[in-house]
Amino acid sequence: MAVYFDHNATTPLHEKALEAMQPYMEAIYGNPSSLHRFGRLQRDAIEQAREQVAALMGAQSSQVVFTSGGTEANNLMLKGLCIDAGVQRIAVSEIEHMSLLQPAATLADSGCAVDRIAVNEQGLVTQASLKQVIKDDTALVSVMAANNETGALQDIKKLAAQARANGAWFHTDASQIAGKLAFSFEQTGVHAMTLSAHKLYGPLGAGALIVDKQLPMHSLTQGGSQEKGLRAGTENVPAIVGFGMAAELAMQAMDERADHVRTLRDALEKLLQQFDQVKVFANEAGRLPNTLQMGVQDFDGETLLMELDRRGFAVSSGSACTSGKTEPSHVLKAMAIPDELATSAVRISFGRANTMEEVERFVEALEQILGLKSSAVMMAANL
Amino acid sequence: MNDKTDKPIYLDYSATTPIDERVVAEMLKYMGPDATFGNPASRSHAYGWQAEAAVEQARQHIADLVGADPREIIFTSGATESDNLAIKGVAHFNKKRGQHIITCKTEHKAVLDSCRQLEREGYEVTYLDPEQNGLVDLEKLKAAMRDDTTLVSIMHVNNEIGVIQDIEAIGNACRERKIVFHVDAAQSAGKVPIDLASLPVDLMSFSAHKIYGPKGMGALYVQRKPRVRLEAQMHGGGHERGMRSGTLATHQIVGMGEAFRIANEEMATENERLITLRNQLWDGLKDMEEVYINGDFEQRVAGNLNISFNYVEGESLLMALKDLAISSGSACTSASLEPSYVLRALGRNDELAHSSIRFSMGRYTTSKDIETTIKHVRTAVEKLRELSPLWDMYKDGIDLDSIEWAAH
Amino acid sequence: MAYGEKVLDHYENPRNVGKFDQNEDNIGTGMVGAPACGDVMRLQIKVNDEGVIEDAVFKTYGCGSAIASSSLLTEWVKGKTLDEAKAIKNTELAEELALPPVKIHCSVLAEDAINAAVEDYRKKNA
Repeated sequence: MAVYFDHNATTPLHEKALEAMQPYMEAIYGNPSSLHRFGRLQRDAIEQAREQVAALMGAQSSQVVFTSGGTEANNLMLKGLCIDAGVQRIAVSEIEHMSLLQPAATLADSGCAVDRIAVNEQGLVTQASLKQVIKDDTALVSVMAANNETGALQDIKKLAAQARANGAWFHTDASQIAGKLAFSFEQTGVHAMTLSAHKLYGPLGAGALIVDKQLPMHSLTQGGSQEKGLRAGTENVPAIVGFGMAAELAMQAMDERADHVRTLRDALEKLLQQFDQVKVFANEAGRLPNTLQMGVQDFDGETLLMELDRRGFAVSSGSACTSGKTEPSHVLKAMAIPDELATSAVRISFGRANTMEEVERFVEALEQILGLKSSAVMMAANL
Repeated sequence: MNDKTDKPIYLDYSATTPIDERVVAEMLKYMGPDATFGNPASRSHAYGWQAEAAVEQARQHIADLVGADPREIIFTSGATESDNLAIKGVAHFNKKRGQHIITCKTEHKAVLDSCRQLEREGYEVTYLDPEQNGLVDLEKLKAAMRDDTTLVSIMHVNNEIGVIQDIEAIGNACRERKIVFHVDAAQSAGKVPIDLASLPVDLMSFSAHKIYGPKGMGALYVQRKPRVRLEAQMHGGGHERGMRSGTLATHQIVGMGEAFRIANEEMATENERLITLRNQLWDGLKDMEEVYINGDFEQRVAGNLNISFNYVEGESLLMALKDLAISSGSACTSASLEPSYVLRALGRNDELAHSSIRFSMGRYTTSKDIETTIKHVRTAVEKLRELSPLWDMYKDGIDLDSIEWAAH
Repeated sequence: MAYGEKVLDHYENPRNVGKFDQNEDNIGTGMVGAPACGDVMRLQIKVNDEGVIEDAVFKTYGCGSAIASSSLLTEWVKGKTLDEAKAIKNTELAEELALPPVKIHCSVLAEDAINAAVEDYRKKNA
């Protein structure tokens, strides 16, 4: 298989998380709502995972609502808060994930004003840009903690305080930062936070919304009182157990993991300086230690990804969820990156198993690709 | 699975099933650092393509079991989400055409509560009373249909009493009136033959963990020809043809696919075996006094037997039967003190509704399990009747209805 | 639902299960609850000439906590005067059995039962 440099799309399940899950796929079965012993063991497992996830994010376990993933958590946040509560206006940043922007769009369709918070050319929401859109009736502000494409980190503590000062709730999508860098629900002062298990070496199929109990949340699904009435449906116990273990492992190994990927990323960034046509996005912003997104001047993005794949490197242009599209990403557009450059975007996101040797090979491969005669590139593009 | 003596005998397969070990084996191929992993939505590398291929293979298995086209299968996080998507999705999409929905009082909470939500939004819902045997009367259903009815939702197999509705007849009635027909098949897929190619059903909900697949996984069948339109409930990257956004959980989907594939192969022989076990259980209990089967005995899924032990209270019976993992109704409502709303809807009186036990058998239930179960149940019922003032009164020939109870 | 040890003990070995002839003058019968609510308790006391409860029996249709509450109550009332028996509070039963909040109504029912039995005896012997 190719070298995997796409950890912001999904991470392989950690072997210890798998180990924790396996009993719940085999010997320990039962419905958590059942009163008998089988049910009780399932409930206990869920509560332990709730503690583990809360511990990683500096929250109380009673604030953790498990969902089927980050998309559901973002949907629950926006629609669960706004649809029934008579919310008139919310503000979301331009660079949010589709799973936040799309529910926001449905709110807009139903009459709620949705203001977009601009970012600067580094992909950062400034206090000035928040100030520009926040109004007296803004009920919710949502800004992601770390961007999935560029890796740019927002100053969530400041933005949350600013939202609070304006009487608004503050939500942050922490799917990408969780487990990669220390980030605390309590210390940042947010009211709600989205998490995704499979971004931190947990399983696909689990996520969470950590939410302050004073928020008047409503469930989006009906048919059971699971998760304190905020999420109907039989709990996905193995995935929740895996999520909990992945969170615990991330907490234990956070610095070590961050140092490892930062070393690789910084080395890559340095090596890329030899290519005049390569431009690293958000390079002056604080970024996730594992992420580097670049554009290559005068080079077709699809071709670049294809050539890298042929040479054994699994990378992506940006978000996996929109990777079928050839449009420049909305994130890069919001950063005022010219379309020609934005469409050539390549995101490299490292993980715990990557090595320096892989980075060196990647740079060699890139050198070959960029060194190809333009006619050859054009031919490849027409294949 | 029940060979360990310290573990209760599991007779709660309608609440959830263990994952079949063959299913686990398939799932493990997509779990862990050495496994095939990847986001099925990743289009730029083989990790994504392989995950996507596995997803499509699973979709095919699911379609095969129910006679559908794979393109008609939309993955969700479970049957609850499928029911929510089907009911609210269709109601919202057709809001301008009409705002009336018909369902039945014995549906699963996922259907009933979705309907209640629509009522809060201004829709009108007719909740049909089932007949005493738990089946919907077709004429009553037809009589409830109106020009502004946009959706009928009737489950295939009831989770508590196991009765099988005639979805073909109901579907035909819906077609005549051009009403969308949704069927919750969480309890029937893999247990009752389903051929959506010929059935007049527009939408059908499925669950993986009810048929030896993983939790957290379900699907919604959305008919393509003619195309059933619905409004998405989960928004994001536009996965699943825009009907359900969210990263697909490859290993879970693979598990669901394998579970459906196995069910397709083994359903016939398994049903035969389960009917034998069910008969064994009923034969071992039916000579007791004041014991009643809830729901039609013939139109019933193979693994289910729901029995009321009159004059014995259900929760104390469950406590006495702690060596059996059973439930007094659906798992989703089992923490409440209310008697089963399903039995109440059948017109069962309070004592009978309070004294019901659902035995649901499955792939790993043995004849020996049933033998032990019969012994435990007989002993427990006898003991509790000794303790029951109602049993005393029944024995003394006193009509309980003649007494003025002080409800508290 | 996890039951406390004392509930389990009374549930598995209920004390004083039985029935007295309710037409006898020295018997007081209290039947409370309703099948619709899932619990019916019948508590009977046998009262001697000094007005002391010398024996008590019960039968209960209900959950384990209801059975335990009535079983414990029969133990407590024996040897008590009618007034002493009436003074027993549901909270004492609930505390002794460590009933969870959702089961407090079982102890209330038991308190109702002893009150009704005493009333019945007094009515008969008035």
